[in-house]
Amino acid sequence: MSIDTSTVEAAPVILSARNIEKRFGAVQALKEVNFDIYRGQVTTLFGENGAGKSTLMKILSGVIAQTAGEIVLEGESVSFSSPSEAEALGITIIHQELSLAPNLNVRDNIFMGRELTKGRGSVDYKEEARQAELLMEELDEPIHPLTLVEDLRVGQQQIVEIARALSKNSRILIMDEPTSALSATEVETLFKVVQDLKNKGVSIVYISHHLEEALQITDHAVVLRDGAMTAYAPRSDIDLQWIVRHMVGESFDLGSPPTGYEQGSTALSIQNLYISDDKVAGRYVVEDLSLDVRAGEIVCIYGLMGAGRTELLECVAGRTRQSSGDILLNSTDVSHYNIAQRIERGLVLVPEDRQRDGLVPTLSVGRNLSLASIHAFTRKGLTSSSLEAEMINSAIDKVHIKTDGGEAAIGSLSGGNQQKVVIGKMLATHPDVIILDEPSRGIDVGAKAEVFKLLSQGARRGLAVVFTTSEVSECLSIPHRVLVMSKGRISAEFKPGVTKDEIMAASGESVAA
Amino acid sequence: MTMSHHNNNALQVEKGSIDIVKILLEGRAFFALIVIIIVFSMLSPVYFSTGNFLTMSSHVAVFGLLGIGMLFVILTGGIDLSVGSTLALCGVFAGMLLEGVEIEALDLAFFPSVWVVVVLTCLLGGLVGAINGVLVAYFKVPAFVATLGMLYVARGAALLLTDGLTFNSLSGDPALGNTGFEWLGFNKLFGIPVGVLILFCAAVICMLALSRTPFGRWIYSTGGNARAAELSGVPVNRVKLSVYIISGVCAAMAGIVLASQLTSAGPTAGTTYELTAIAAVVIGGASLMGGRGTVRNTLLGAFVIGFLADGLVIIGVSAYWQMVFTGSVIVFAVMLNNVQYSAKRKSSQQAEKTAEIKREGSRASAT
Repeated sequence: MSIDTSTVEAAPVILSARNIEKRFGAVQALKEVNFDIYRGQVTTLFGENGAGKSTLMKILSGVIAQTAGEIVLEGESVSFSSPSEAEALGITIIHQELSLAPNLNVRDNIFMGRELTKGRGSVDYKEEARQAELLMEELDEPIHPLTLVEDLRVGQQQIVEIARALSKNSRILIMDEPTSALSATEVETLFKVVQDLKNKGVSIVYISHHLEEALQITDHAVVLRDGAMTAYAPRSDIDLQWIVRHMVGESFDLGSPPTGYEQGSTALSIQNLYISDDKVAGRYVVEDLSLDVRAGEIVCIYGLMGAGRTELLECVAGRTRQSSGDILLNSTDVSHYNIAQRIERGLVLVPEDRQRDGLVPTLSVGRNLSLASIHAFTRKGLTSSSLEAEMINSAIDKVHIKTDGGEAAIGSLSGGNQQKVVIGKMLATHPDVIILDEPSRGIDVGAKAEVFKLLSQGARRGLAVVFTTSEVSECLSIPHRVLVMSKGRISAEFKPGVTKDEIMAASGESVAA
Repeated sequence: MTMSHHNNNALQVEKGSIDIVKILLEGRAFFALIVIIIVFSMLSPVYFSTGNFLTMSSHVAVFGLLGIGMLFVILTGGIDLSVGSTLALCGVFAGMLLEGVEIEALDLAFFPSVWVVVVLTCLLGGLVGAINGVLVAYFKVPAFVATLGMLYVARGAALLLTDGLTFNSLSGDPALGNTGFEWLGFNKLFGIPVGVLILFCAAVICMLALSRTPFGRWIYSTGGNARAAELSGVPVNRVKLSVYIISGVCAAMAGIVLASQLTSAGPTAGTTYELTAIAAVVIGGASLMGGRGTVRNTLLGAFVIGFLADGLVIIGVSAYWQMVFTGSVIVFAVMLNNVQYSAKRKSSQQAEKTAEIKREGSRASAT
């Protein structure tokens, strides 16, 4: 996407943040943040988890108030004490977790809380439906206003949420990680909508962990680190390296395939695996897939949403059963083992969604870490707290979890550290094979590098590692072998020297310009 | 470095003031019990006496047993509405066995001894629980619905078993060797009613099971996040089945203790006791969403309800007002639960910030 620098310079500033500071008790979450939002352009906030992006967003959208500094909206200093006050001034935030009611239709969601009435308090459904239809057409997503939101794909739901914001005459739209749950085509649609919004003069503040994607769409970049703004520049002046450099403060590398040791024999062997689609009878989400992974080898599976990666990994871990084919672990057929038996045999899964499938929020950090290996510290039927503490401490140490100790609440950790807890839990079972579904999802670049380092270390000790990713840059980091998965099959296999374009072409993805 | 010292001190001070609130919140069932005892002792001279405490405790024994069973179920995020009916069914089953089982075809009559009756009754309770458990764990029937169905079925079965009548002759016959049933409800061992001792034995075993065995850990993780637990190798369905069985067995024991205390076993015994049991668990601070709660606090909850109810009787408050009071206490307890959990969230956020400061501090000192 080419950007005309002259228009960037010419666009008027609609909102300026001036010396914004935020303190929580003794903690300074934001210090002297200054930046401008231009009319009809996209400003992206970059930063690791905990850099202060969300805090800044919450201040701009009225969820919390700043400790010092001012917000200047079209030349006037404004302050708002609630999100509805911010909305009245035309600033709307769309959170990562959408705030739609799935049981209601598109029309009712768009007008939720602001129902149009025709005298006497009865709702004017007709007028609502007309306006809803108009809005959806404007956004090039002609969804019928009476469609239930739960029947829509996540991408479509997002557009409904945008329609709702537009119906409130929002001039500034804040989007927090809007693409994290979208497929590649849905991202494309969303970006088209964003382009439309820009043409209409709507300004957008965009937050994403997906740096490459954000670079496609943004006009300005603001980079935060440890609560301070480290850089600010228009799109034409920057590239990926520039962002990463300012985010982490140092030159940065996801690592390279570990070498200098012999890989062992085949640890995991998947043979002619078929997994049926539970939504469409007679269709397969994974078809005739075979894969051998040797001890000490790191294999990366790249693929788009819907390629069948998650289904494959969940089947290998034992959550679902294959329709046919075999799964061999160290030459033993484990097809008929349940999850617990596979863990015991040395095959473990780190699931994609750590909140939903990885962590038990009511247990402490330590008890989450020890959950998969309780029997290791059980003596005569009773758990030994000293043995358990020993195990927890060594796990915290081994996977470098930043925490106050095993007793800390799991919710007190950052996303990256939570991910390390899930990985640490599985590594504590002393597995031979670890499979990880999108291990870098929703964690910052620094934590990502640490996770990859852990996996390399594991591989050196003879661990077979399989991980999936939807970021091409990760395929070029530690894996010894890159497989591309598309429509339930492995469509290509590459060695480390491969280029990004080759991988993306094999996945059926159009190469982004 | 001095900077971070200063910060730590500030946090320490803040922490100190939070701690008192935290102690009051976390020990609220205990403090409520103390308040109840003090208030009623002032209102009535009879309340504060060993005799009265023992009487009240034997009332609590029934609710306590039900509450402990209920706790297991609630910890997994389920609910068991059938315990009141199970209690009645098991009570009349025990009564029937004590009066003797006649098998007409063989022209035989069995008079099982008391311990056989107790074991068989507990087995029946376990069976009822197992049906609940299979429905919930394997047929994925919502716990509320499955156990609501069982509430009716078990009550109906109890009525069918007795034709709606009550068994009154539970004392047995020395000649038949089945005496001693009253001992369970009436007698004292070391000055303590046997029912209360049964409660404490059950409590100690359950406490140990929850806090020191893999099974206990499985229960807490299943209730906290069943999907994550399953992927960590926890046999989630077996855990769910087990907790309903435990709840059924606890209901059976409560049924035996109650029948023994009343020296009669009626099919309408224990109506709405399931709600009292849930109340005991909730007052004890357990979360109905699962994953949080302890045996000790559930016992305290049962004592709060029992001592409050008996106190109101002793000072002569009408039964109608008793219901109003009990209901208010339950709602107030749940309200405090929310306060506690939101306070926990805040303090964990505080902890996160502290960790951040420490990180920054170490980073600063490293450079």
